[in-house]
Amino acid sequence: MRLSQDQMKHVHGWLLLTPAAILLVSFTHYPTVATLINSFFSKGTAIRPSRFIGFDNYRSMAEDPIFWKVLGNNLWFALGTIPTSIALAIAMALLVNRAMPGRSFVRMAYFTPTILPMIAVANIWLFFYTPDIGLIDKVLGWFGFAGHNWLGDPSTVLPAIIIMTVWKEAGFFMIFYLAALQNIPPELGEAARLEGANRWYFFRRVLFPLLMPTTLFVLINAVLNSFKLVDHLFVLTKGGPDNASNLLLYYIFESAFSFFDTPYAATLTVVLLGLLAAMALVQFFVLDRRIHYR
Amino acid sequence: MNMMIRKTLKGAAAAACMTAMTFGMTAMAQAKTELTMYYPVAVGGPLTKIVDGMIADFEKANPDIDVNAIYAGNYNDARIKALAALKSGKPAQLSVMFSIDLYELIEQDAIIPFDEVVKTDEEKAWLKSFYPTLMQNGVTGGKTWGIPFQRSTIVMYYNKDAFKAAGLDPEKAPASWDELVASGKKLTKADGSQWGMMIPSTGYPYWMFGALTMQNDQVLMNGAGTRTNFDAPATVEALQFWKDLGSKHKVMPEGTIEWGTLRKNFLEGKTAIMWHSTGNLTTVKKKAKFDFGVAMLPANKRRGTPTGGGNFYIFKKTTAEERTAAMKLIKFMTSPSRSAEWSMKTGYMGISQAAYDTDKLKEYVKGFPYAAVARDQLNFATAELATYQTGRVRKALDDAIQAALTGAKTPEAALKETQATADRLLKSYR
Amino acid sequence: MKGRSFIEILEILAAWFLAFLWILPLLYAFWAAFHASEHSIHFNLLAPLTLENFREALSQAPFLRYGFNTFVLVTMLLAAQLIVGTLAAYAFARFQFAGSNVAFALVLVQLMITPEILIVENYGTLANLGLVDTILGIGLPYMASAFGIFLLRQAFKSVPKELEEAARLEGCGLFGILMRVYVPLARPTYLAYGLVSISHHWNNFLWPLVITNSVETRPLTVGLGVFASPESGVDWSIISAATLLSVAPLLIAFLLFQRQFVQSFMYAGIK
Repeated sequence: MRLSQDQMKHVHGWLLLTPAAILLVSFTHYPTVATLINSFFSKGTAIRPSRFIGFDNYRSMAEDPIFWKVLGNNLWFALGTIPTSIALAIAMALLVNRAMPGRSFVRMAYFTPTILPMIAVANIWLFFYTPDIGLIDKVLGWFGFAGHNWLGDPSTVLPAIIIMTVWKEAGFFMIFYLAALQNIPPELGEAARLEGANRWYFFRRVLFPLLMPTTLFVLINAVLNSFKLVDHLFVLTKGGPDNASNLLLYYIFESAFSFFDTPYAATLTVVLLGLLAAMALVQFFVLDRRIHYR
Repeated sequence: MNMMIRKTLKGAAAAACMTAMTFGMTAMAQAKTELTMYYPVAVGGPLTKIVDGMIADFEKANPDIDVNAIYAGNYNDARIKALAALKSGKPAQLSVMFSIDLYELIEQDAIIPFDEVVKTDEEKAWLKSFYPTLMQNGVTGGKTWGIPFQRSTIVMYYNKDAFKAAGLDPEKAPASWDELVASGKKLTKADGSQWGMMIPSTGYPYWMFGALTMQNDQVLMNGAGTRTNFDAPATVEALQFWKDLGSKHKVMPEGTIEWGTLRKNFLEGKTAIMWHSTGNLTTVKKKAKFDFGVAMLPANKRRGTPTGGGNFYIFKKTTAEERTAAMKLIKFMTSPSRSAEWSMKTGYMGISQAAYDTDKLKEYVKGFPYAAVARDQLNFATAELATYQTGRVRKALDDAIQAALTGAKTPEAALKETQATADRLLKSYR
Repeated sequence: MKGRSFIEILEILAAWFLAFLWILPLLYAFWAAFHASEHSIHFNLLAPLTLENFREALSQAPFLRYGFNTFVLVTMLLAAQLIVGTLAAYAFARFQFAGSNVAFALVLVQLMITPEILIVENYGTLANLGLVDTILGIGLPYMASAFGIFLLRQAFKSVPKELEEAARLEGCGLFGILMRVYVPLARPTYLAYGLVSISHHWNNFLWPLVITNSVETRPLTVGLGVFASPESGVDWSIISAATLLSVAPLLIAFLLFQRQFVQSFMYAGIK
């Protein structure tokens, strides 16, 4: 039997897709489903094999104060990093989107954190935050302020982590705003000036709405990062003191690879997947309707 | 389409090549016994170089054995990596891991007791040659599972210049909790430029806590690793004292103190006293620009410190030849002369009396008596916190300590909760 | 600065100040790396410079080997991503095959559920495949990249159909058309995606940490993480030297090709 040209396109399409499909199914779709299944089984050891236990893992998760602490931390972390880094990114883009002395250096400086690995710079940030001998405390000392135990105090440790993350992300996001700004015709600004609109008004009523698609793109990235960026915790705090800076993915890592409790790690991962799914839905049904996004 | 096929074939060929290479390498290794071991480092200084040097010496003396020693990070990483390697194509045959990993390793059925590989009388004597206190974390159920290697106790480093400046006798370190607080008050400067003392509370808080509880005449767990005494009154008292150093006596910063940067704080003169592993001794000696002293930890009801550090373990998934070779390596690394060398280069303690009886270590101790503080302190030492479900139990205790130190919970409430958690985790092992 | 208003000058100063803050960690790394450790935290401009820290870092950990591993990883991964991505993007851009919409949606799932989130399950899969502690194992979960497929699909879609027709008339098969028409025209996308992918995987830490055990496979980030774990007592001079060694290739490339880097990230983001 000979397939017609029209039928061949199905064959060709799927053949071309095969390598990607195999990889994606193996490392994205299958593990997502397997995670869900494993969350219903008990931890197996050499002596006691794993068995089906229904919602027991979820029950112990609900009773695990660390889980709730970590979840709360992650929400604060998201709240602390997302708006700040986006606002800073817009400010940076506006600042460097015009002629000024040293512009290319300034742009480069903003962008540099993007190409530095978190794990490497975390040690340098550790120096900034170290009490008494660290840079922040030294600078405070010059002005006569007492030092502070930034990473050892539960009330400052999460903000300290947030600041480092904002430092890492803002320059990256700036790039997208810079690109968007360059696509906005300069006549708009001139027209506004002629009509006597002040700059804040112009930004709020003209620029910001025009930047909305970029903001949406950046927002998705920022949200994702707030759940998957944990590299610096390995150096700075290990989630301490008393889990004050512990985040969900780090706790998953600890449960799976420190405590060898794979089912519990799977249960935690299901929560993370649920959060991501919820976000995807919000993006699809709420944000997409309100913003024109190509 | 042939383009894609060619690419796929190329990929397959590459994969085949890689497999062939791996097979080739294993085949070559058959001639020699190849050993892979993981080891951790938890103190400062070029320890990896020292280990590499010792391994090179061993390979020279035993040309039929090839050792691949892999530095895996901290103690936690070493355990994770060694166990992970067992499941991979390149398993380790032996490793230096935390002495307290014992129960976890037994539960995973990952290691063998040394009683299975020790055969001759000479080897049996060898097994008995180590300091008994150091064997406590390696023995359970009447079998020996771990051989001491990089072992330590907690000691008190103090800045003699600061002592002099504060009008204290630099040759007399505080010997009791009361003296510690009194000296601390004199050493703490009002402008915040110098603290009286620092006890680290990140990294290994439970370890420091083990010292404080022991000094209060209380151990943290039973010998079988199935029960903990976290809410015993003496335990609570010890945590209260730790917290009071910061919040009441003001001789230590409040909040947690970073294990990793503490040595720098001490070397910079920001704290007059620090409690730290003996493993840091050689680095402190090299880098301190002031006259410093090393003393045993002070006593409350008694003196006390947990032992700490890493033991050698042999994995179960090994052939008879590999076990023999592993034994050779372990005997080499723990021999009196090597142990003496190791102790001098790092500050870790010699692990047997015989090590301290070697000429070189005798000589070294004569010139630098502080090198023997850790050994002398062994008389007051106890095993380090080790239970089944170590990872979880330890984290629970660490969290409680940090919660108390940062003021989030009272010591009593924090420890009660932790005891409940530990009971829940350990119930099924009793 | 004539002709600038007071506000503008203030803004420029703010921009500079922010730039200074942003570059500060790197500046500090340079300071500490070239000074002995007793000077590392005191900023005495007269302190003697030294290269000792680099020598020490190199002798304490095999950074050259780690660098080699990273290089192999990044190259292999990028090659695989481009091949897999090109084929899939071609399918989505030019073949209205049955189920293509559903398939595309399933591909896009990976934009949200990135491999980092599935470390636990993927570790199990790779253990079953016997690929734990191999460089291939580090790369495998990332080889099909939804982001890459998406970018290339966009690029292919913007290629005029007439060009394809012309190539077909000249006797090109499906692959000829892909290689002669689509791939050359999508070159900017390839460059942009390549730079983004390289920077991302050069810096990736969590998954390589989980999947590697030995020196032969550890990439730079993991090597550095292991080398500079705070437990071993932080010595910022040596750590900074090691940090600079690890980031040097990427940093130098970035400084040399700053424009391309920035534009690539821009380009990849706008699509």
